[in-house]
Amino acid sequence: MSSELRTRLEESLIPPLVALLVALVIGDLLILLFGQSPSTVYRMLLEGALGNPYGFAQVIYKTTTLTFAGLAVAFALRAGLFNIGGESQIAAGAFGAAVAGLMLPAGTPWILAIPLCLFAAATFGGAVGWVPGVLRTKFGAHEVIVTIMLNFIVLALLNWIVTSHLHVAETVHTPDIRAGTVAPLSSFFSAFHGSAANLTILFALAAAAWMWWYLFRTRRGYELRAVGLQPDAAEYGGINVGGVWIRAMTISGMIAGLGGTNFVLGYKHYYEEGFVGGAGFLGIAIALVGRNHPVGVVIAAFFFAVLSQGGLAIHAFVPKQMVEVLQGAVILAVAVSVPAVRAALIRSRRVPAS
Amino acid sequence: MVAIDKRFGSVQANRRASLEVPRGEIHALVGENGAGKSTLMRILGGLMKPDAGTVEVNGRNVTGWSTQDAIRAGIGVVHQHFMLVPPLTVAENVVLGKEPHRGPAFDRARALREVADLEQRTGLVVGGERRVADLSVGEAQRVEILKTLYRGAEILVLDEPTAVLSPPEVRDLWNVLRTVRDQGGTIILITHRLDEVMDLSEAITVMRAGETVARLKTGETTAAGIAHAMVGRAVALTEAVGFLPEEQTTAELEAAGKAAPAPSAGHASATLSVRDLVVVGARGTNAVDGVSFEIAPGEILGVAGVEGNGQTELVEAIAGLRNVRGGSITLAGTDLTHASVDRRRAAGLAHVPEDRHRRGLILDYTVADNLILGSQQRFSGRGSLDENRIRSYADALTREFDIRPPDPALAARLFSGGNQQKVVIAREMGGDFSVLLASQPTRGVDVGAIEFIHRRLREARDAGKSILLVSAELNEVLALADRVAVMYRGRIVAILPARHADPEVIGEYMIGAREPTAA
Amino acid sequence: MNPFEFIGQTLRIAVPYLFAAQGGVIAERAGIISLTLEGFMLGGAFTGALGSYYTGSAWLGLALGMAGGLAFGALHAVATVRFRANHVVVGIAINLFAIGITRVILKLLFDSSSNSPRVEGFGTGLQSFSSPLVWMGLLVTPAVAWMLYRTTFGLRVRAVGEHPEAAESVGVRVNLVRYVAVALSGILAGLGGVYLALDQHQFTDGMTAGRGFIALAAVIFGRWDPWRAAGACLLFAAAETLQIQLQSVGFIPAQFVAMIPYLLTIIALAGVVGRSQPPAALGQVKE
Repeated sequence: MSSELRTRLEESLIPPLVALLVALVIGDLLILLFGQSPSTVYRMLLEGALGNPYGFAQVIYKTTTLTFAGLAVAFALRAGLFNIGGESQIAAGAFGAAVAGLMLPAGTPWILAIPLCLFAAATFGGAVGWVPGVLRTKFGAHEVIVTIMLNFIVLALLNWIVTSHLHVAETVHTPDIRAGTVAPLSSFFSAFHGSAANLTILFALAAAAWMWWYLFRTRRGYELRAVGLQPDAAEYGGINVGGVWIRAMTISGMIAGLGGTNFVLGYKHYYEEGFVGGAGFLGIAIALVGRNHPVGVVIAAFFFAVLSQGGLAIHAFVPKQMVEVLQGAVILAVAVSVPAVRAALIRSRRVPAS
Repeated sequence: MVAIDKRFGSVQANRRASLEVPRGEIHALVGENGAGKSTLMRILGGLMKPDAGTVEVNGRNVTGWSTQDAIRAGIGVVHQHFMLVPPLTVAENVVLGKEPHRGPAFDRARALREVADLEQRTGLVVGGERRVADLSVGEAQRVEILKTLYRGAEILVLDEPTAVLSPPEVRDLWNVLRTVRDQGGTIILITHRLDEVMDLSEAITVMRAGETVARLKTGETTAAGIAHAMVGRAVALTEAVGFLPEEQTTAELEAAGKAAPAPSAGHASATLSVRDLVVVGARGTNAVDGVSFEIAPGEILGVAGVEGNGQTELVEAIAGLRNVRGGSITLAGTDLTHASVDRRRAAGLAHVPEDRHRRGLILDYTVADNLILGSQQRFSGRGSLDENRIRSYADALTREFDIRPPDPALAARLFSGGNQQKVVIAREMGGDFSVLLASQPTRGVDVGAIEFIHRRLREARDAGKSILLVSAELNEVLALADRVAVMYRGRIVAILPARHADPEVIGEYMIGAREPTAA
Repeated sequence: MNPFEFIGQTLRIAVPYLFAAQGGVIAERAGIISLTLEGFMLGGAFTGALGSYYTGSAWLGLALGMAGGLAFGALHAVATVRFRANHVVVGIAINLFAIGITRVILKLLFDSSSNSPRVEGFGTGLQSFSSPLVWMGLLVTPAVAWMLYRTTFGLRVRAVGEHPEAAESVGVRVNLVRYVAVALSGILAGLGGVYLALDQHQFTDGMTAGRGFIALAAVIFGRWDPWRAAGACLLFAAAETLQIQLQSVGFIPAQFVAMIPYLLTIIALAGVVGRSQPPAALGQVKE
């Protein structure tokens, strides 16, 4: 039993660590290319992200969206589905939250307004996730392609609605919401003043906890993971595979949609074109680095947030776009090392005699 | 091949295995599943490299060569699972890798001509322009042999070539192989069916647990002698599929089975009744085309037939894994024709699927989690699973069915084939059921597990369960079943009592050489 | 509306799609998922622009653009073939990587992370028909169709994409075939990128703007067949042309026209207009 646990831990932990190492090497090379010292740049990156209250608060803010994005991808992946639609699901969720916040009368008590806005976000995100789930189940359309295509469709649709019907003149964003705002962390810790960090981080952590319980402690989670591992065996066991697919994609979309509230309810208080900025795609990296485990996802989201925030601090020395290169390198390295590590571990495994 | 070693992780697939085959001989390589036959042949064919030992072909040391080297040297391997590309044509499949060409362009006309010539010469006629996806299993195997001959194979390795063939098709194959041999070819036949070995081969190498334990002249030994060498002990493996057609032991074991105490449960017994069942297959045709039968409590109905004649579809339709186009399925008077898998299970239907790696087990789940697959609802209260109950249930089943190692917290993937199958059997037969669908229940498991599974099937029958047994091994069907139904092209062409069934007659039904006698 | 103008503009819009889509057809028929076309195009556009800038020759730019696409293709091939990594994940990583690395190098060379200086091209507007890239773009479809259906290499590509073990068992070097297929895919998509850069006489940050995904849509909508994929490219390009020309009239919002390729692809995948069947071994990774 303990050796089984160790194997599982090794299988989960080695690939991300290898990836980190590879990313560091690539980062070193890039930094040297700009004639800077890697150790200085990395120190500045860490100091910029974690060395001062503002930077740390920004990391929390970014962690929030990225956690939702990563959980969404991980949830679908546990059912064997690749949700690449995070980008548009986050946007749809944010838009839903904004619409709800705009429709509510000003002065609606937060205890009512916030749940309603969250509900709207989950509904909108969930709707975008539901479509590929249904198309996969009913027509066998591959969800990777459908979610990619839906990203373009949904973002174009939202773009059209906002720019032609809902925007404040001269901008690409909606008016401010009237109710449903989530308090910034700076109202509890004054040192965070000026940062976007807000209490949505608690919702993100709650979502991670819920997801762990759902996947590993409930019958539906048992069935979902069974479908993800071996759909034919799940069907044989009386599990409605198509139903699980639809449910998994819908919940995945809902989680992603909630990620949109961090921006709308917690930070700007309006929906703005193009705010997602790749968080949905980063969710794939985060799910991968976090090995599809809720705890791993939170840690990985934090890591990517540090990278992203730290990138701003080093901009004077090396371009902040270096962070994008590093992100790509991390994903590539994890993708490459996961099968390699797994193969090596399987090779070295003891097969119990019969 | 001398002193070949090959390990996979901690599994020693070959241990100082040696094989010598003179030119122009039909040589049988026999052994139980997992004895290392296929590994040894993969090394010969260049698909794997040995950890130690040497391989020589025609006096040349070729150890660790590549597939291409092996092909060039005249080694042709016909794999158990066909290595054909379904959307390509027969001719394209035959020439793939050694295509006639003009510069970079593929010379299609010449490919067709050469394949037609080859078909003429060998009598293996299929038709070069047909798509492989449209071929029958027997035809596909001909394409496989054509492929090796096209490459000028002089040493032909056939891995379990008869597993999917009917007796007359087997005879055709033997004729082809003898022709090849007479033209100077060398043939290595991998099999675990001793009747075939005795029938065709001139010499035999026996493998056991990765080692080559005996090299015998066919004329100087008996099936019993080979069987003894295969398992290394004098086991009464009379029952064990296709080894020896002995009757008295069957009866003895049956008597023993009847004497055993009958376990009883809620779904004590029920009749499974199938009427005019029509099921659509993968190619849109009726894979099951109007099948009717009834299984009474305390009866095993065996289904014989060449694989691919609708058995898989029949079982899956009854299990609820495939849509039914027409007809009805009733269990104890309840209509289940269009019921969900769940409802069927609740009605008392159990199912040992033919492919445990794809359907029967979730390999990355623990044995405990696998043991509740299908009944997970019973182990959950208000949405969350009751870990303690699952654990104690799994412990009990592990003991009862002698699953080794007895640790249900281990992933199913880590268990041997026989023990994996015991997990499936334990799940399906350890619970409450009245009708069991057992599809290839002993495929790919060791002799010990075969004996165990056969005993459990008999005990269940004697306890009043109704059992539908589908097996590609005719001898297994004959040994266990009370009645034998023969399937051919989606229909049941005959239902005979098993006790006096003549395998030759059944074989003729299996290939449609006899007029159907059953509706 | 002038029909010649319409056809001309459609063809010019279609050229980068044609290059990338044919690249996608080759890679996917060999069993490798092509989410990377976007990254390949961007890489090709970038190295093509750099080549043209530093040598002053559009031809050398073209050659370097092919090399850039090839480099990204090689990265994709090594990750998916050698290391058996998940194709989708690698695709996403390479796209991200391509955006990042082009920006970083732009910054390094020109101190701007958004665009390069003006580079030599083959001519723009109606003159662009004097560009060899347009003609190559029109010829790439018959060339790929011939390769796929009439050559031994093509036969092997199709075999490898459907049943790699079968191909391997008769001595076809599966990995080699896949390396070559993905490399070709990179080169072709890279050419699509070069066309964009040279047509606009500069490289701008993220200038492929989703064209790689439209090309992928064309591959799927075209059911993995070079001719049908080319038809899809022309269809998508015609829709865009129509939108540009009707912009002044303004009766359909541009966003809706932009959705057409994606909507059609989803509809095609859902099997409403004939079921799309991908190659059997597409994206499969041997354990």
